[in-house]
Amino acid sequence: MTPLSSQATPLDAGWDIEQKQVLKALDRRQGIDKGFSWLALLAVIFSLFVLVVLLVDILIDGVPVLSWNFLTSFPSRRPEAAGIVSALVGTIWVMVLVALFTFPIGVGAGIFLEEFVPDSLIAKAVEINISNLAGVPSIIYGLLGLQVFVRILFPITQGRSVLSGALTLALLVLPIVIIATRESLRSIPGSLRQAGFALGATRWQVIRSHVFPLALPGILTGVILALSRAIGETAPLITIGALTYIPFLPELSLRGLQSPFTVLPIQIFNWVSRPQADFHALAAGAIIVLMVILLLMNATAIYLRNRFQK
Amino acid sequence: MTSQSVSPVATEAALRAKNVSVYYGSALAVRDVNLDIFKHEITAFIGPSGCGKSTLLRCFNRTNDLIPGARVEGKAMFHGTDLYAKDIDPVYVRRRIGMVFQKPNPFTKSIYENIAFAARINGYKGDMDELVENSLRRAALWDEVKDKLRQSGLSLSGGQQQRLCIARTIAIEPEVILMDEPCSALDPISTLQIEELMKELESRYTIVIVTHNMQQASRISDKTAFFNAEATESGNKVGYLVEYGDTEQIFNDPREQATQDYVSGRFG
Ligand SMILES: Nc1ncnc2c1ncn2[C@@H]1O[C@H](COP(=O)(O)OP(=O)(O)OP(=O)(O)O)[C@@H](O)[C@H]1O
Ligand SMILES: [Mg+2]
Repeated sequence: MTPLSSQATPLDAGWDIEQKQVLKALDRRQGIDKGFSWLALLAVIFSLFVLVVLLVDILIDGVPVLSWNFLTSFPSRRPEAAGIVSALVGTIWVMVLVALFTFPIGVGAGIFLEEFVPDSLIAKAVEINISNLAGVPSIIYGLLGLQVFVRILFPITQGRSVLSGALTLALLVLPIVIIATRESLRSIPGSLRQAGFALGATRWQVIRSHVFPLALPGILTGVILALSRAIGETAPLITIGALTYIPFLPELSLRGLQSPFTVLPIQIFNWVSRPQADFHALAAGAIIVLMVILLLMNATAIYLRNRFQK
Repeated sequence: MTSQSVSPVATEAALRAKNVSVYYGSALAVRDVNLDIFKHEITAFIGPSGCGKSTLLRCFNRTNDLIPGARVEGKAMFHGTDLYAKDIDPVYVRRRIGMVFQKPNPFTKSIYENIAFAARINGYKGDMDELVENSLRRAALWDEVKDKLRQSGLSLSGGQQQRLCIARTIAIEPEVILMDEPCSALDPISTLQIEELMKELESRYTIVIVTHNMQQASRISDKTAFFNAEATESGNKVGYLVEYGDTEQIFNDPREQATQDYVSGRFG
């Protein structure tokens, strides 16, 4: 007696007619379904193709120059002797500092704005401003950093130093971290907060024990995205006057924070803009190193996210 | 103080609503409710969907504060103290007046931790294992979960989750328990167990329960409040208290025709 059975009772006969139409319509719907998945696949193939071409190009140029010497030598006028050690160490220094500044400040600001500030005009104005800040061209942050960190805060930063660079990049990516934190907190259902409050928990207890742990994976993703952006930035660092030729390493101390620095993108930029092809190969090598660092950072983020999601 | 076991004739009002109106933004949701909820009694709120039962219930432990735009007018009082007075800490209010929500909302932690958290933040110093077991037993959930206390509260079925929320609420021993349709996701057996629990709790606590189940209201409650909603000129519905009295009277001899229609199932 099911509609699909072929034994025709009067009722089933009625079904039979419609069944044909339904099946025909279903064929069409499935066709659209297939068509769309093909289109989506095409989009993926296209973007992957561009990426692969870029990667292959870089790898062909860059792999031959990769060596222990390349990683441990200072830049030089002779391409055979040139390496990236000062840029690599500079990048690591700056990234660690940027992470140390942005995580507590960005996440703290995000939590405050999302959980503690009552909805008001001022809160809305702050929110809009932060979204806008995320879209401000990075060179503007460079100018800001030049004035505030390099000039005004000279006694603390000693001018064009690692510290100035890190603070400038931190400013640049703070809006991203704040927005990611807020989005992540917003996705936690309100019923969970109510559950905590109804048991006599304070706002902080509810956030600390129930909301934040759930939001953390999303927050971490945001932080890593922000750091990935910072690691590739050149313009603001050039604006604050990071040097391109650094024949020494900053010492591992507070004093080291105040020493001049360079980072990988600046080194790459410098090499690419020289006429000799040998330097272009060095640039490709440095790009590979930069990409490996980026991949490592993303891998860390995914690892942390999976750990916290449990 | 002298003889606790003798139930007093006219008990004291634990909660009192005086001209309470609640707005969501500019929309009036419930208007002008006057009602006394008596100590050591079960009070049932009944009425059609959307008439503001949950809204009024939330006034009594200030969970409306958490809804952006919600505003309470009039006075909601707890043993004569205005719950909305300037010097009253809502956290303290909620610790003494617990709530079980309409939709189960266990924490995304283990079953054990769901209860332990509630106890810990409120300064419980005793044996935690014992408290967890007792609370789960009283909420008629122990036998089902005793072997998987470390599993996530979300791994339970809807009805089990609701009982976990009840267990969590009674674990901290509030004076008043507000229950918003606690049995709407439960099978008849668990429902009966929860009703037995409420009966047992009644001697020590004050309970307010919202329910759509007329039999449940008549079975367990001492007093019943019937709410209804009427449309205003602007089109949105405003809830109001139609009739409040002993459950016996509301179900058998209501003063209002609307009450009569509702409790006998001839509504709308
Ligand atoms: N968070 C909210 N924001 C805006 N309006 C709300 C909110 N909660 C409830 N309302 C409105 O207030 C009115 C009363 O809702 P309430 O949830 O109190 O009804 P209820 O009697 O509990 O209904 P039910 O029996 O379906 O649970 C409804 O018109 C609803 O639209
Ligand atoms: Mg409700």
